[in-house]
Order: sequence, then structure tokens, then C-alpha cells
Amino acid sequence: MSNRSKGSGPGEGRGGSPVDGTGTGSTAQPLLAARGLVKAHGRTPALRDVSVELRAGEILAVTGPSGSGKSTLLHCLAGIVRPDAGSVAYDGRRLEELPEKRLSELRRTDFGVVFQFGQLVPELTALDNVALPLMLAGTGRSLARERAGEWLERFGVRGQAKARPGEMSGGQAQRAALARALVTGPRVVFADEPTGALDSLAGEQVMAALAHTAREAGTAVLLVTHDARVAAYADREARLRDGTLTPLEVTA
Amino acid sequence: MSTRHVLLGLLASGPSHGYDLKRRHDEQFPEARPLAYGQVYTTLQRLVRDGLAEVDGTGSDGGPERTAYRATEEGTRELSRWAGEITPPAPFVTNEIFAKVVVSILSGGDPAAYLRAQRAAHMGRMRELTAVKSAAGAGLATVLSADYALNHLDADLRWMTTTEDRLTTLTAEVDAA
Repeated sequence: MSNRSKGSGPGEGRGGSPVDGTGTGSTAQPLLAARGLVKAHGRTPALRDVSVELRAGEILAVTGPSGSGKSTLLHCLAGIVRPDAGSVAYDGRRLEELPEKRLSELRRTDFGVVFQFGQLVPELTALDNVALPLMLAGTGRSLARERAGEWLERFGVRGQAKARPGEMSGGQAQRAALARALVTGPRVVFADEPTGALDSLAGEQVMAALAHTAREAGTAVLLVTHDARVAAYADREARLRDGTLTPLEVTA
Repeated sequence: MSTRHVLLGLLASGPSHGYDLKRRHDEQFPEARPLAYGQVYTTLQRLVRDGLAEVDGTGSDGGPERTAYRATEEGTRELSRWAGEITPPAPFVTNEIFAKVVVSILSGGDPAAYLRAQRAAHMGRMRELTAVKSAAGAGLATVLSADYALNHLDADLRWMTTTEDRLTTLTAEVDAA
């Protein structure tokens, strides 16, 4: 499963079979697997022995109240934070064994991230924001911008291509951020409360766009949210309470 | 739903006979159960008895003879009073999930396990409804009705989450009672 092209445009598959979106299709080996994760912030435990798997192409919602460890789990799985104990395997490779250089390369090529807000570069237009990850990966400027335009189109914000983040609504900026997270053709998108700063309807539309596009592209999504209506767009739910996955945490 | 007030409301635009009232009711409330003719006539008779409506006249228009009714001044006042009156918000709490949790506590069951399983079922239903409204070609009525159901399920979920958090206290209170 490595014949994918970097910076693939919309509509280009990834070689695997399309995901049916029911969450019932599974592969033998999970794309991302955490085993016995333990992490403390100072003396406050954030994760206590958490094991969770993300299969290729599925959308997994990690839910739970504030302070339950959701974001810490996302950071560990994305290789942003190293756990105190336990391991994270991505496509069979253990993240904790990778040198920092390889890890950051992996994050650039295989992972996309979306946060609640503030991830777009304020000085750049929406188009250039989306083109940026491709250019950092070595794609030429004009091809990168062409691809960026296609992804903005896909998220319904091509009309905002020349707008800077401050000139867009929260929902439009978040759609541009999703386009930027997906433009490099990542296999996993980590989305931390992607609708948290939006009103109800805008949040709904952003989440619908993310779910639809990720399924179409076969991209797996690890979605952190405290909102059940947002989690309902996922195929499964993993529920954290006090740093532990609750029983029945994974509901098919 | 007060049929007498709804009929008074339909009479507010002018005298009407029973058949016409039934037809207009069904047009105005398309998702409601259609009114039975018998219910329309019985309700009209009661409105007349209570002085809220009166006979306007009879006519046949070439067909069977029909009696037309109009609202009295008292009927108009009563309609206005009813339409502005606040409907008691959820006067009785009779939810099955709530009842099961309480009974489970009383009988020494495992309410937390029940809540987790119920929560999973709620999430499953929310995923179904989300898929229905996200499907290509879903019409406005479908989206709105799915939204309605999703928001109510979400309200249940919030209550279940709070209840899980309260369970320790709740158990102690029920035990003490």
C-alpha cells in the first residue's frame, strides 16, 4: 500500500478498494495502532493505559468530556507528543523508534492535521495556504496552486481562493484548513475539535464536507470531539473518561 | 392538541360548515392525523353549547343542506386567550431511560452498564440518521426531520453523561430514602 502519488488531486484513488463508509470493512493490520499508552502532564495523568486502533479509510471519533485525554491521545497518535509508556505503530512502524527527522517527514507526507482554529497563515491567501504543504514537499508553484484550487473547489470555497484567512468566515477558513490538510494525499487526518469554534450549522457543514471528502479519498480520520452530533459522522466511537477508554468504547 | 381551539381558529377567518372545516384542517396540518367528520360535528356542537360558536345559517348550494357556523365574541376571546397561553414545558418526566436507571438503582442493578449500552445504541441511531441526511439527494424535509431527531437524541446523551457523573451521589440518595 505504498503506490500512492504525492499531492494527488481530487478523484485520484489510492490504489486500494474504496471505503464503503459503513465501518464494517476492515483490513488485517490496522493503519495506526496504539498499545498501552501512558502520558502525564507534570503530575497529572492524561492517559492511563490506552489502546486503540485506526483502520485504513475509517473515521474514528474520540469523544469524552474536557480533560479526558482526547487531545493528548491525538498528539501521541500523530507523533507530535511521545508517550511516557506504550507504543504507537503506523503502518507497522513504531513511531517511538523513529528518529525525529524521519518522524517529521512522516508527519509531512502521511499525516494531515486540522485544529479548532488558527492553523492558516494569516498573510497568505486561501489558495497559497493550501498550496504551501505541496510546495514544502517539493511540488512546483504553479502545479501546487492548481492542485490547491481543486481542493478548495472540493470543499466549496474556491470562490474564496484569493481571500486571506481574516477575510473569510469561520466556516470558510475551516474548509480551507481541511483542504490544506488533505492536499498532500495523507493517509490519516488528525482533526482536533475541527468544528469547535463554529456555530451549529457551519460546524455541521464543515463536518459533512470532511466526512464526505475523506471517504471519497479513502483517507482515515481520527476525529476528536466532545459533540455527539459531530461524532455521528464517524464510523466508530472511542470514548475516553479520565484518561481511560470506557467499556464498549468502540461501537460498530 | 385542542381540537376545539383549532376549529375556533379556522372559524376566525369567517363562517364555515363542518365539511369545509375538516378539509381546511387537513390542509393546514398535513402531518397530523386527519380529523374525523364525526369529531368535527361533535366539537362544533360543544362550541355552540358553550357559547363559543353559533349557527350562521343553512344552505344547500344545490347539494345536501349544510349548517354554517361562526365564532361568537366570547369564542374569539377564548381563542386569543388560548393562543397566547404558555404550554407547560415538559410537565411530567416520564422517560423510559430515566425510569430504567432509577429502577436499576433501586433493585441493585448496574445502571452504569445500562447507560453505556444505551449510549452506544443512541450513537448508532445518530450515525444512521446522519447517513440519511448526508445522502445525495436528501430533501429538506428529510434533513429537518433527521436534525430534529438528532438533537433530541443528543439531549438524551447529555442527560446520560451527566447521570453517569452523578451516579455515585444518586445511589447514595436512593439508598437513604
